[in-house]
Amino acid sequence: MNKKREKTDRAAARMPSAILIIAAMAICLAAFFLAMIFGAADTSLRDVWLALTSGAKTPEISIIRELRLPREVACLLVGSALAVAGAIMQGVTRNPLADPGLFGLTAGAKAALAITLALIPGANYFYIMLACFAGAGLGTVLVFGIAALKRGGFSPLRIVLAGAAVSAFLFAVADGIGLYFKVARDVSMWTSGGLIGTTWSQIRIIAPFIGAGIVAAMFLARQLTLLSFDEEVATGLGQRTGLVKTLLFVIVAVLAGTSVALAGNLAFVGLMIPHMVRPFTGNDYRLIIPVSVLIGGAFMLAADTIGRTLQAPFETPIAAIIALLGLPFFLYVVRKGGRSFS
Amino acid sequence: MIQKKLIKKQRAAVLILLLLVIITAMAGLATGYAPLNISRILPALAGHGTFKEQFILFDVRLPRMIITLLAGMALAVSGAILQGISRNDLADPGIIGINAGAGTAVAVFFLFFPVEAGSFIYMLPLVACLGGLATAALIYPFAYEKGRGLVPVRLVLVGIGFATALGGLMVILMSSSDSRKVDFIAKWLAGNIWGTDWPFILAFLPWLIVLLPIVWYKANRLDLLSLNEASAVALGLSIERERAGMLLIAVALAASAVSVTGGISFVGLIAPHIAKSIVGPRARLYLPVTMLFGGWMLLLADTIGRNLVEPEGIPAGTVAAMIGAPYFIYLLLKK
Repeated sequence: MNKKREKTDRAAARMPSAILIIAAMAICLAAFFLAMIFGAADTSLRDVWLALTSGAKTPEISIIRELRLPREVACLLVGSALAVAGAIMQGVTRNPLADPGLFGLTAGAKAALAITLALIPGANYFYIMLACFAGAGLGTVLVFGIAALKRGGFSPLRIVLAGAAVSAFLFAVADGIGLYFKVARDVSMWTSGGLIGTTWSQIRIIAPFIGAGIVAAMFLARQLTLLSFDEEVATGLGQRTGLVKTLLFVIVAVLAGTSVALAGNLAFVGLMIPHMVRPFTGNDYRLIIPVSVLIGGAFMLAADTIGRTLQAPFETPIAAIIALLGLPFFLYVVRKGGRSFS
Repeated sequence: MIQKKLIKKQRAAVLILLLLVIITAMAGLATGYAPLNISRILPALAGHGTFKEQFILFDVRLPRMIITLLAGMALAVSGAILQGISRNDLADPGIIGINAGAGTAVAVFFLFFPVEAGSFIYMLPLVACLGGLATAALIYPFAYEKGRGLVPVRLVLVGIGFATALGGLMVILMSSSDSRKVDFIAKWLAGNIWGTDWPFILAFLPWLIVLLPIVWYKANRLDLLSLNEASAVALGLSIERERAGMLLIAVALAASAVSVTGGISFVGLIAPHIAKSIVGPRARLYLPVTMLFGGWMLLLADTIGRNLVEPEGIPAGTVAAMIGAPYFIYLLLKK
């Protein structure tokens, strides 16, 4: 492990962080424009540009502005939020398999969603988002609360198992409530609809929360780096680890909750992106987080573009594409983890 | 030599569980959409009931209870085997992806083949079984390492990864246009006992009749596998082969059960634990208790779920998960 860390640090030294961030931005922008151009109705780069910068009103430009643009912005937001949430979780738990989907957060959000829809029929978007926060928070508390109660924490295996079991439980709660109050269809509309039909008004509610979460994560990035190496070192350097961890968990709950409210259950994004980013950034979270934001967004845009074009005009659900891309990655991480998982 | 005291304890546990099964079954008969008066159960069983009583008992309730009981048993034994071979007391066919594999197979079957009332019902269990086995076959090579054989921890981790990924794939179905199919699959996934007729029992029973005696015969080897590897090898066990064989049995048991009941987790997790805490870690002692406890637990879950909402009820799998999760958390904290 140490040897690998040295290697990645050297790679990071070769590539100054400014260039790295610019490169990530370029990838993200490219993914954004590709996503805007390709789809059931192909548009031209010029239309995209006009839609973004002018007030022109042709059919193509309207499609872009009212249908495609909000959707791609949502992709960007969700990808960033999940990637940062995953990066934080991996740092805090020092578990390479941490991911909001695998650790029961999205299941918690779904359960809370079901409860909200059952108790407040026709709840508006803001309430639903709040419910998703609360649910993701509950999922976090269940999994990590259990981990924290045990001295010495958990092995990667046990925490993944705890996540799987808590997920199974919370999904069961969501199903049960959905059937009992006859809102199962509404719940599954929310959680499996993906990003189809995202509107500007939804984004206006959600974007500030995701933005705030990412900014807060940036502020805590230095503390997170310390924490990710060794908790005792962090304490020794004067860090109030309890406080920092709590803040980080709140950020994770906000980011994961908003993602579910916007896009439904998406596992693996939070797992993959930080792993993809680390070979270039090294282990400094001041760099991992911003690059994860950009690459996470780019990844979701790419997945969405594939989903829209693969069998156009029909949509392939983005969750299915991400699951297909994510599983090999998960297996790779398990393999790479070598002895620590055996 | 097994202590006499333990044997006595096991017999008591088996008796109590049998009693619980009967009480739960009676309660299930006496409640619900079309209740049967308790005093009429015995006459109806003996064939002296009215037509309505006979119909409710033999064509509605009894097949459902029997299938629930059998499926619970199969899941419990499957869980016990998985916990033994992975040396991980938190393994369960639902958690490590076998249910998800069976579910995906059912979903694909639904999507690409026309649903015909007759043959469809009989195809589904087979399809689910194939799906479960295919998933296990996919998981196995990833959990395998050259020179070390099957790495138990990896088996569980890779299984969870597959379960999550297959869950994502299942979303495809939710976007399927036919709402009837979506509803059926959603319920199937939640663990709604649907194979509630005698033919299903006839289709499912042979699996148990074949597999359970094999498990019983191999019980002592299961004990060895759940020890550490060195002692198992020292005692002359071909670990790799035994593990693969046991895994196959566990998958077959779980997948065949799940094919008639839908995705049910936690029964396979909890039943072996309770049994081991009563009679200790010897497979020959805990397997019968595990089996009965699993059957009873699922029967109870189904009875509760059936009576919670009229007339459709809440899937047994949902109820089982709600009962099971708190116990699971207790286990995590205790260890």
